[in-house]
Amino acid sequence: MSELTMPTTRQRPLDPPEQLTELRQHGALHRMTYADGHQGWLVTGYAAARAVLASPHFSNLTDKQHPPIKAARMNLSDKGKAKLPPGFFLRMDEPEHTRFRKLLTGQFTVRRMKLLEPRIAEIVGERLDAMEAAGGPVDLVQEFALPIPSLVICELLGVPYEDRSEFQQDTKVLASLETAADDALAALGRISAFMYGLIQRKRAEPGDDLISGLVETGELNDEELTGVALLLLIAGHETTANMLGLGTYALLTNPDQLAAMRDDPSAVDNGVEELMRFLTIIHLGPIRTALRDVEIEGVTIEAGQTVTLHLPTANRDPSRFPGGDELDLARPAGGHLTFGHGIHQCLGQQLARAEMRIAFPALLRRLPGLRLAVTPEEVPMRSDMSIYGVHRLPVTW
Amino acid sequence: MKIKADESVCIGAGMCALTVPAVFDQSEEEGTVVLLQEAPPQDLEEAVRRAVTLCPSGAISVE
Ligand code: HEM
Ligand code: SF4
Repeated sequence: MSELTMPTTRQRPLDPPEQLTELRQHGALHRMTYADGHQGWLVTGYAAARAVLASPHFSNLTDKQHPPIKAARMNLSDKGKAKLPPGFFLRMDEPEHTRFRKLLTGQFTVRRMKLLEPRIAEIVGERLDAMEAAGGPVDLVQEFALPIPSLVICELLGVPYEDRSEFQQDTKVLASLETAADDALAALGRISAFMYGLIQRKRAEPGDDLISGLVETGELNDEELTGVALLLLIAGHETTANMLGLGTYALLTNPDQLAAMRDDPSAVDNGVEELMRFLTIIHLGPIRTALRDVEIEGVTIEAGQTVTLHLPTANRDPSRFPGGDELDLARPAGGHLTFGHGIHQCLGQQLARAEMRIAFPALLRRLPGLRLAVTPEEVPMRSDMSIYGVHRLPVTW
Repeated sequence: MKIKADESVCIGAGMCALTVPAVFDQSEEEGTVVLLQEAPPQDLEEAVRRAVTLCPSGAISVE
């Protein structure tokens, strides 16, 4: 029985738990005891994490996976797996996964996302107008970081933004590690019902949005459409929102990096990649289970063993990113694993990039005096959520 | 340098088109890789190699 259990306590808010950094110095793969007693693995090295994510011999099916930490919500995988709607392709393996993903990739190409840029810039501008009109201090999460990706994904999918009260609370409940399995199931039920209803409406009155387009292809039944739409709504919401919130916190506490993002347009694209690498908001996974014995860097992972890829630690592996514990917007940060790797690599990554490349510089240029309205220590971190970030970010200018 | 692209394994992540838009595009319908030139000029070779390592699905290769 391995004495190692998943370390989750951070000594500094922007760095992975020290224990993991130390483990990485001793190797890339470590035996670990899971919350249910399973003897699986923890990966802290960059190359090994990439190799697992690229391998076709690992499964992403929920019912094959053991929970790395004892989060109340992890029980969802036992009690609620039947309830994951059929189209939730993040949790599928080949060949089912491809069938769904291929229907969507055309909608998320680099070129398509370029076309959305003017509208994203407009949404960002409107949020900044509202913030200026209200005057500081404000919570940047509520006024900026959350509404921007939320408005963008709602418009893209064709989900009425006015209905957000029907799903924003539920996506939050689902993302919390403290949520009990029953509450998570109830939230999943409510939000699925909301989506199912929306799909009925799109069938009756199609618009020129993504969900209407999917309905029209006739490739998916209503349950599958519900799952796809739900995955897109959830994945498109909390992720970019937390990058904007936590990224702003990181910049405000690293003023020279903030100045580069604000003053040097040529620093923005790579700067966003570096923020993604440095902050790695997906902090408790991805998780995979071996379908057969697989050798990774000379270590045999046996069929049935679960592997947790600790991306925040892997993204600071000095063999791939020397001096990676520093935030340096000028470092070549491409190749980070924050969007994953392999067949499940983030479908919405070009959208997320477009949002961040527009939002960070716009915020810093419009409000050059932007600063925290509390001490950095007072900012509540999302250690209790499946996606890392700040719960609130009180700022003024 | 000669580039090969295999649409059947491509997952449409767009890293190639983002990295070297002069060489890679994505199809309108499926978002899978479209090779704009098979033999890129020398000054793009390094960027093409970078795209190959960034591609999450192993769909593009060079020889
Ligand atoms: C900064 C923001 C984002 C981050 C850090 C992020 C991260 C990730 C990661 C790590 C995965 C792979 C999970 C795994 O392998 O198990 C993933 C998958 C996915 N993401 Fe994102 N994501 C972001 C934004 C978005 C947005 C805006 C969308 C909007 C549509 C989106 C949609 C998806 C979908 C649909 C998948 C599943 C892909 C598949 O299974 O083939 N993501 N994301
Ligand atoms: S980077 Fe790879 S997977 Fe992504 S579109 Fe290009 S070839 Fe396809």
